[in-house]
Amino acid sequence: MEVAKLTGVTRVYKIGEVETRALNGVSLTINDGEFTSLVGPSGSGKTTLLQLIGCLDKPSAGKVFIAGKETSSLNRNQRADLRKGTIGFVFQFFALIPTLTAYENVEMPLLLNGKSSAQRKERVMDLLNAVGMTGRAHHRPDQLSGGQQQRVAVARALAAAPKLILADEPTANLDTENGEQVMELMKRLNKETRTTFVFATHDPRVIRYASRVVTLEDGAIVKDANG
Amino acid sequence: MANYFKMAYRNLGRHRRRTFLSALALALGTALLMFIAAFFQGEMRSSMETTLRLNTGHIQVQDADYDPDKLSVAWEYLLENPEQAAAQIEALDAVQVATPRLLASGIVSAGDESVGVQIMGVVPDSAANDPYRNLVAGNFITADDREGIVIGAPLAKSLGLNAGDSLNLLINTSEGGVDQQQFIVRGIFTTGTTAYDKGIVFLPLSKAQAFSGATNHASLIFVLLKDREQAEDVKAALHGEGIKVETWTEMNELLTLVNDFSDAYLAIINLIILSITATVIVNTLLMSVFERTREIGILSAIGMKGRQVVALFLAEAFLLALAGVAAGSLMGWACSAYFGKVGIYFGDLGMSSDMLLNDRIFTILPLDSALNLIVTAFVITIAASLYPARIASRMEPVEALHKAQ
Ligand SMILES: Nc1ncnc2c1ncn2[C@@H]1O[C@H](COP(=O)(O)OP(=O)(O)O)[C@@H](O)[C@H]1O
Ligand SMILES: [Mg+2]
Repeated sequence: MEVAKLTGVTRVYKIGEVETRALNGVSLTINDGEFTSLVGPSGSGKTTLLQLIGCLDKPSAGKVFIAGKETSSLNRNQRADLRKGTIGFVFQFFALIPTLTAYENVEMPLLLNGKSSAQRKERVMDLLNAVGMTGRAHHRPDQLSGGQQQRVAVARALAAAPKLILADEPTANLDTENGEQVMELMKRLNKETRTTFVFATHDPRVIRYASRVVTLEDGAIVKDANG
Repeated sequence: MANYFKMAYRNLGRHRRRTFLSALALALGTALLMFIAAFFQGEMRSSMETTLRLNTGHIQVQDADYDPDKLSVAWEYLLENPEQAAAQIEALDAVQVATPRLLASGIVSAGDESVGVQIMGVVPDSAANDPYRNLVAGNFITADDREGIVIGAPLAKSLGLNAGDSLNLLINTSEGGVDQQQFIVRGIFTTGTTAYDKGIVFLPLSKAQAFSGATNHASLIFVLLKDREQAEDVKAALHGEGIKVETWTEMNELLTLVNDFSDAYLAIINLIILSITATVIVNTLLMSVFERTREIGILSAIGMKGRQVVALFLAEAFLLALAGVAAGSLMGWACSAYFGKVGIYFGDLGMSSDMLLNDRIFTILPLDSALNLIVTAFVITIAASLYPARIASRMEPVEALHKAQ
């Protein structure tokens, strides 16, 4: 079963007169349960590709299918609706909402999905438990270490039980130990919940966790290997 | 819903000083609005009441040829047998009091000083004279007093007169000549309107008639109604050969006009003040929106829709407006209540006699104007906040995330 499919996707950014071709005719299929790593040098288009898969952005040309559905005709709000139930994000920077506690950050996608307070409570506690953050549930992000914040971010990405989680260099701002912890966590969740993961990275220690490695260069896929 | 307010509350707490200052700006704006409204109300009511009570009454009956500006006591301009007519008018249901008055011009002198005055002959015990019965010294005149006079406090002061002192009064008579006589100051009154008090003296009507040669005549019948809104109805009931009847609106065209437009003036002032406070709030929220670009991107990425982002910022505006408007209303109300008791002293503004003002203006803040202002301040603040909220809701998640990195 394919979770996401891109066909001939091109993305050109325009800033004033300057055009940047971040992706150039990329075709890619992400299958259910994969743990895929997108690698390539900085500027090769990894983030852009993740954003297109995640419907945060629209391609300049080509098509993006999510669970078999073509997404180019969706407006902003429809794309937000699609994201909130089917796609979770983990960002490179620690992207928790600073005014909310760890608990409330994880709760946010559940609120947006209209879950009852009892359902939310149970789910949030389960997730914080799964990422080993139960003890810090009521701490604000600034009271957590980078690794702890990223684990909370993973819990938040999982909250709405999405089919697909997109992680953009999730370990880039973590030390080795914390980086490994986060990767272990994602790998474990991938096995236990069959959630599909795609993560961008150029950290070789991270790449070895991947079951598939897609290599980008100058906005094009130059290698796609099962690892 | 509660969650939006929870987030909004915490977001406001991120920049306490900024939040405090914007709420303060809104509070001061609201307080100022209330105070201005209360001042306007007080001023309008004071000038209307003072002018009607002291100057024109609600209705005047005059000879058809009478010209109030000339103060002439020539017979052809006067009403004959005024006491009888006044009694008939007073018998009407809507009328509170009707009393004849004779107006002449004259000059008061004492020692070396002389001052031109209006001489008003009144029926001393008429309730229409109540405003003049507030005496700082002596007593009011009685009907059969042949040499008593009542003068205003500023006039007494400028001539150095006390109750019991005598003065010389010169009068322009019906025949076109002048006459003069010594009078004894029986009492010194104050109405609280210096512009009025310094230019008028009172004699008993019969004495004024005899002195001016206008025996059994009066310049006008001064009428106060139980309800001034009935002036037109009463006017319609009063007609006769050779007389004219004027209502307070006809006699005070300028004042009624100012009164009618006061709401519009006030609305313009409100708009100016509120646009200033709204600008402060919009500015604060815009700063928050741009500071939180990344957060908006994250929230959007995890599925927050445009209108939910709008709701988030509106909740912030709502809390800000609530705090600001509440504090401002309290301040405004306290100021208005204080100056409603104590008054604001302006002294003699030298207003023309067409529009009299009390020397002290007491602020009046009716509940409905206060509520009106509170609601308006609130609604305008929230409406203005729609602009930054919409900017936030239209941010593309990619742009927002890219900028943040
Ligand atoms: N929002 C954007 N606006 C303009 N240019 C962008 C934007 N996002 C990425 N780019 C450009 O597109 C190219 C690919 O960027 P990116 O997808 O971030 O690569 P990577 O994640 O592999 O480093 C780069 O040249 C980058 O500067
Ligand atoms: Mg990147």
